Amino acid sequence: MYDTSDIRKNLKIVLDGAPYAVVDHQFVKPGKGQAFTRTKLKNMITGAVLEKTFKSGEKLEKAEMEERQMQYLYPEGDAWVFMDTGSYEQINLGGDLLGDTPDYLQDGMMVDVLFWGEKPIGVTPPTFVELEVVETEPGYKGDTTSNVGKPATLSTGKVISVPLFVNQGDLLKIDTRTGEYVERVKR
Amino acid sequence: MRLERLRARAAILRALRGHLDAADYLEVETPLAVPCPGLDVHLAALEVRGLGAPRWLATSPEYQMKRLLVEGLPRIYQIGKCFRRGELGRHHEPEFTMLELYRAHAGAEEVMADTEALVAHAARAVLGGTVLPSGVDVAPPWERITVEDAFRAHAGVDVHDILPDEARFFELLIDRVEPALEARRAPVFLVRWPASMASLARLCPDDARWADRFEAYVGGLELCNGFGELTDPVEQRARFERDLAKRREAGLDVYPLDERFLEALARGMPPSGGNAIGVDRLVMAITGAAHIEEVLAFPQAHL
Repeated sequence: MYDTSDIRKNLKIVLDGAPYAVVDHQFVKPGKGQAFTRTKLKNMITGAVLEKTFKSGEKLEKAEMEERQMQYLYPEGDAWVFMDTGSYEQINLGGDLLGDTPDYLQDGMMVDVLFWGEKPIGVTPPTFVELEVVETEPGYKGDTTSNVGKPATLSTGKVISVPLFVNQGDLLKIDTRTGEYVERVKR
Repeated sequence: MRLERLRARAAILRALRGHLDAADYLEVETPLAVPCPGLDVHLAALEVRGLGAPRWLATSPEYQMKRLLVEGLPRIYQIGKCFRRGELGRHHEPEFTMLELYRAHAGAEEVMADTEALVAHAARAVLGGTVLPSGVDVAPPWERITVEDAFRAHAGVDVHDILPDEARFFELLIDRVEPALEARRAPVFLVRWPASMASLARLCPDDARWADRFEAYVGGLELCNGFGELTDPVEQRARFERDLAKRREAGLDVYPLDERFLEALARGMPPSGGNAIGVDRLVMAITGAAHIEEVLAFPQAHL
């Protein structure tokens, strides 16, 4: 259990049977009256944000969160199959839960799966991944400084903006937090 | 910007002192380390060790200042630090600056008039006029609205229907009433608070369901808390005992009861009005700061 004095950004709590992360919080105390903590909470499953005011000293249920490293194996229907490399236990995770992770998934990639108790609620890919360009306009040799970009399709199907010198078959480093090109990787 | 605000803060302190000195208020200083901090259930004091007797940092200088009223100083003020454990936020620091003033042979109405004039004077000293950066014009007189009317207008409830549920009262105050006051272009005094929230205020002579207490809101910011003061030692002791019982019941720290203050009341305190103005918040309002940390040389977070 937490109480209101524990409230800080990113604290994970359970409210009405769902896990929430604290996005914002403010101490409010009118006159010589009771103190409150006004919060903005993000539902960690749906992403919905709500505002909730707690009385000072009110108890909050802690959301037990655990992040486990799991290996991506293969797609299956609308889902993706991941394996715990310690226990060899496999789980199927559906699309909503993965967010934009499928844009970066490669065979054998290790990802962080967030569990709320026994329930998987989110997947975070590595911060940087390396993906091959399968389609783009031919590159311009020597143009390594231009800020102008062009679209390129990656092996996962994701389309990103890349510098003009990038060619089909190049291996690119991508930042999965922003979905942006970082640099060309030597093979 | 920060240094600019510190300059404005100094100008405001100068203006406050200048105005009060000219109005025949005497500046006094009472100790910060006191044997009996405020007993209000919603206040928590910081303990001080090493003084040879149990001491806490004052949550407010009210007991000692009222003793000076009894001794015969008719108009006094103090600008000093107060300390309240656990209060930290956009409008709160555990160590903050309070301007506390008392005026004998006067009531809440006279003190509200003094407060309006004082705030307007401080604004002029920094801004050259009475319109704050928020657009709120602090030129006197300020409107007076009763708590009863404000709750009916902005929360759609009769205060008597929700009391004695104080938590509900304060929830509606912060979620409905304060935002409505914030939308006003003019300051307002919220007057006549429920008798159960009288603290050190007397009850209204015409209707004992209400306490002779007022708070000023400037652009939604609660700037002060004032009273037509309670002078009856028997009633004051009963309230202290009630607060202590509530503190024990809630498992809060229990502080000694200020017998010297009660003795002073028994000797006879003149009918008086008093007010406690949050100086940091006044500087926020005049300089347009959004967070109390912006008007402090060193907030706790930056020490």
